[in-house]
Amino acid sequence: MLVVPYLVVFVVFVVYPVGYGLWLARSPQSYVRLFEDPVFFRTAINTVVFLVVAVNVKMVIALGLSGFFVQTRWWIKVLSLLFILPWAVPSIPTILSVRFLLNPEWGVINMTYFRLTGLDGPNWLNNPTLALSLSMLMHIWKSLPFWTLIFVAGRLAIPGEQYEAASVDGASRWQKFRFITWPSMMGLYFTSTILSMIWTLGDFNSVYLLTGGGPADQTHVLATLGIRYLRLDQIDLAMASIVVALPLVLPLVYVMMKRLSK
Amino acid sequence: MSGRSRFTLRAVGREAQLLLVGIPVLLWTLIPIYHLVIFAISERDTATKGYLWPPSPTLQNFNIVLQQKHFFLNHFWVQLGNSLFIAIAAGAITLLVATLAAFSISRLKVRGGRTVMNLALFTYFIPAAFLAVPMYKTMATYGLLNSRWSLILAMVTIASPYCIWVLKQASDKLPWELDEAARIDGATPMQLFRLVYVPLMVPSLVAVGTYALLLAWNEYLYAYLLLSDERSFTLAVALGHFLSADDSPWELLMATGFIYALPPAAIYYAFKRYMVSGLTAGAVKS
Repeated sequence: MLVVPYLVVFVVFVVYPVGYGLWLARSPQSYVRLFEDPVFFRTAINTVVFLVVAVNVKMVIALGLSGFFVQTRWWIKVLSLLFILPWAVPSIPTILSVRFLLNPEWGVINMTYFRLTGLDGPNWLNNPTLALSLSMLMHIWKSLPFWTLIFVAGRLAIPGEQYEAASVDGASRWQKFRFITWPSMMGLYFTSTILSMIWTLGDFNSVYLLTGGGPADQTHVLATLGIRYLRLDQIDLAMASIVVALPLVLPLVYVMMKRLSK
Repeated sequence: MSGRSRFTLRAVGREAQLLLVGIPVLLWTLIPIYHLVIFAISERDTATKGYLWPPSPTLQNFNIVLQQKHFFLNHFWVQLGNSLFIAIAAGAITLLVATLAAFSISRLKVRGGRTVMNLALFTYFIPAAFLAVPMYKTMATYGLLNSRWSLILAMVTIASPYCIWVLKQASDKLPWELDEAARIDGATPMQLFRLVYVPLMVPSLVAVGTYALLLAWNEYLYAYLLLSDERSFTLAVALGHFLSADDSPWELLMATGFIYALPPAAIYYAFKRYMVSGLTAGAVKS
């Protein structure tokens, strides 16, 4: 009986919306129009780039930094408290802060650049490639602390004797990583990468608040494209754009469910 | 002698290496936050002059925000109240729903409990942005658009699955003998829940409740879609609303953003102990 409240929430706010959404996207005509929209094609590429580049760069850095944060120094303790800030504060103020930092006319970066060189700096968010790269950096800035923390927990779970024994045998730092750290962290690393890919697919803020999908709708990802169609009153396209992403999402979800419900 | 000096030389080299990592990490982390702060304490005409530190720092912007002396901020206190109300309600309801569900799945072993857990996990793994459009349409059907309850219920929906999962993991670890002893003494399931289960689960409950509360406070996308009247906005939506004009008072936006960012940061550091162990243990099980 006590599961009933959750089941009510689940039926009313998950099953019904999903069913309704799929029904809205039932017409094959919606998909024809979706595939004819050049913005959709660009969005699909952006999304894949975002998943492959941003997530992997972030995970490799997080794994490396976790090795830094397990060092016992008082100043590293202090630094780790500050390092968590991007994750602990809400996205909007910090993302908007970066947006202003990058403003081509009055942003601090270009103003400083002008003062030093007398030249105008780049129009950061007006170049699609640069704007998408900056969105990826924003995403990494926001979620790097969380994953670093996860890997720190992973590293701390490895028994210290293994490293001591390796030191006695004269192992180098790289060898310790290769033969002790990596084998025990591999499972965690891959699970984290998949989970991060799923979450990154849903990252609306890093793109929308920094670039707004612009210039000229060239930096949308799937998470922001649905909202764009909603604003254009093309709700069937909004749903269709999510439905076509399911073949990409469901296998990732399946792998995660397998791993977590063991 | 030479061995010893080589040792210290190596130690110094090691510290230098660590600093070589630490300093870039510090800059990378703090630049957006530092920029937010100096923007918030700059006067209107110096904010956009590219100063690395404002020539005459001022708290005037905060004064304007708190006294609602700009048309972008006419409803600041109402919006702060909305954010607070929505975060607390979403946190409390999620906590209640998730604790009851986790208790019955893990301790009472209800039939179909495993299925419910899998359904919840499945929901957890669907990116929230994908559910936003159908959720918006559904709230319209239910007539809840522009009501604070639409956002509260959406946040409960998004936060509960993870909370149920974390609580189930934690409660599976409680010893079975406790339940048996209580049952022999004639305790009903509700008494078992109240007197045995809840007291033992306090650390996880704090972690999970805080998680749901912060999720709701920080939420932008759903709040932006579901709340369209300035008096029903949360602070998050009010901040985004500044972008509707090209010449908005950006220094006031940053001052409001600073106020908005303080509570979650404070809560995070206050409950760090619970958050880190509760959430990292739950987030990824290798």
